[in-house]
Amino acid sequence: MTNDKPFPVNAWYPAAWGSEVDRSLTARTICEQAIVLFRRADGAVAALEDACWHRLLPLSMGRLVGDQVMCGYHGLVFNAAGRCTFMPAQKTINPSACVRAFPVVEKHRLVWVWPGDPALASPALVPDFHWNDGVEWKGEGGTFYSLKCDWRLVVDNLMDLTHETYVHAGSIGDDAILDAPFEVTHSEKSASMTRWMLDIDPPPFWARQLGKPGKVDRWQIVTFEAPAVVIGDVGVAPAGTGAPQGDRSQGVNGAFLAAIAPETKTSCHYFWNFVRTFRTDDEDLTRALQRAHVNEGKGVYDQDHVVLEAQQRAIDRQPRQPFYNLNIDAGALWARRIIERMLENERGPKGAVQAAE
Amino acid sequence: MAEHIEWGEGVVRATRELTSDIRLIEIAPAGPFIPPSPGSHINVGVRIGDRSDVRCYSMVGPCAEGFYQIAVKRLPNSRGGSAYMWRLAQGARVSISAPSNHFELGLGRPDYLLLAGGIGITPIFSHALALARAGAHFRLLYACRGRGDAALAQELKCEIGERLQLFVSADGTRIDMSAEIARLDPEGEFYVCGPIGMLQDARRAWNESGRPIERLRFETFGNSGRRPSVAFTAHIPRLGKDIAVGADQSLLEALEAAGVEMIFDCRRGECGLCALPILSVEGELDHRDVFFSDAEKAANAKLCTCVSRVYGDSITLDTADR
Repeated sequence: MTNDKPFPVNAWYPAAWGSEVDRSLTARTICEQAIVLFRRADGAVAALEDACWHRLLPLSMGRLVGDQVMCGYHGLVFNAAGRCTFMPAQKTINPSACVRAFPVVEKHRLVWVWPGDPALASPALVPDFHWNDGVEWKGEGGTFYSLKCDWRLVVDNLMDLTHETYVHAGSIGDDAILDAPFEVTHSEKSASMTRWMLDIDPPPFWARQLGKPGKVDRWQIVTFEAPAVVIGDVGVAPAGTGAPQGDRSQGVNGAFLAAIAPETKTSCHYFWNFVRTFRTDDEDLTRALQRAHVNEGKGVYDQDHVVLEAQQRAIDRQPRQPFYNLNIDAGALWARRIIERMLENERGPKGAVQAAE
Repeated sequence: MAEHIEWGEGVVRATRELTSDIRLIEIAPAGPFIPPSPGSHINVGVRIGDRSDVRCYSMVGPCAEGFYQIAVKRLPNSRGGSAYMWRLAQGARVSISAPSNHFELGLGRPDYLLLAGGIGITPIFSHALALARAGAHFRLLYACRGRGDAALAQELKCEIGERLQLFVSADGTRIDMSAEIARLDPEGEFYVCGPIGMLQDARRAWNESGRPIERLRFETFGNSGRRPSVAFTAHIPRLGKDIAVGADQSLLEALEAAGVEMIFDCRRGECGLCALPILSVEGELDHRDVFFSDAEKAANAKLCTCVSRVYGDSITLDTADR
């Protein structure tokens, strides 16, 4: 099938945290593909179509036998490459019996899968997400699995941070965001939004992190890497200490990380983290920052979660209602333009993909 | 077969002879073109006499220009599908399905051995091109009767060079199956498409090598046997029927036409659903399926009626009717 979905399929999408995939079977839907994940004995992660060739029962309801999955219905066995290795009550194996095996790469603490044409799945195309490696930058994040919104709404959300003023008032929101000019740039595969807020009172969250009195220079440099990664380089430094010129040594620097996988047309998996280069050994701070983002509905990302799902419900009720776009949406619009171009490439007769059947 | 086939219309855009009896046919779909993955086939609706039937043809190459390319071998004395296909001229309208794949290529193996016999080159050609593009390590062994029969050999030589080895039986060159398998990396995969005899030789050598059976990949057409297809009679004492099976007709088709109720799925000798118990045979049984093991075939207790037949006079069968 050519791709008529609102998401490119020839891309690496995050499917799980590496720490979540073990010697059990994990079911996950990515780009409308039901996938079962498991870790092989040699440590590599395998991703198979989560439907038995025979009667389509999800293989994730079966069990792992060595490095093979045994269907929980009639005992057909599939190896990590998706080949059937056992059929009940016959001496041979039907030659066409197999399930799809999806290319998988484990990198930057995440498991990435490629739902499209496996011939195009170069590991070199896994997005740079090194901030998440836990080496130079420290932080612990989480995932909103099956967040009930179109994955692009999350991209919109992250590419325009004026929403902080209204959604996250009292923590990172600040009126200064509304007044500071911003610059949007783009390349073939990325879009960036840069905003410097000079000589402002720090919002409460950043005042606490900096721990120094007085005005600050605050920055937000948010970069979208097509199709599904957003990195937000954010921080504050005492005003006039040279941060805009490149010397951030007096300040505190964090990065919000987002890797988003479409689940269906109107749901997605949102892998997030907030990492930092200050007080990296302070595990209490790591836990506090994690809780500041997601904490039983009280974290800043919980606030986004509520907004995004409500937005999707509104769209579902009024499918013909177009969005209106504002000046502030330039970053999101460039991101959507790049996504749209990827989709056109996958839809066209040339270079079209064998999307998942 | 289990999958639901969606039919659409296509127009023959061009035809070209690859050899004296193999013709390349290019079909432009009226609906959307769906790029075929390596090893895919399309179904084509054919007319055989006054009845309609369906034939499967593998895609030749990636079809990068947006048309389906298939290659059809004209079978001698055929009154069947290949004769119909050869009558198609430019501009002819045909019923076609979207591509589907029963012979998928798995990427990422350290080594591959491809084996094609005769017209079996069509899916193997696509596999070879895809492997070359992926930078994979592979060899292709291509067996045919005479030098002039090696369809697509020139194209292959250009694309994959020395990785192609031709075996021409008229020249007396033969494939040493066990030796070729021994050269394959232990983690490598073996892809075979060719006549049933070649496939059985390959399967036997593969089993003897002790390699895991799932790394032997093959596709069957279900219409090639060790013996020519001849007419015979099927006796069914339980139903009091004596059914004539034509040379251009499968046993299953003849049974259905005679009102014997049958169940089946793949109709190409893979699933085993249409197998019936054999009571006796006048002649030689030509098992053309891949469902039964060699031992089961030797026992001659059952046969897959969709593909297997008798080279001789008649067969006496039982059915599930009670």
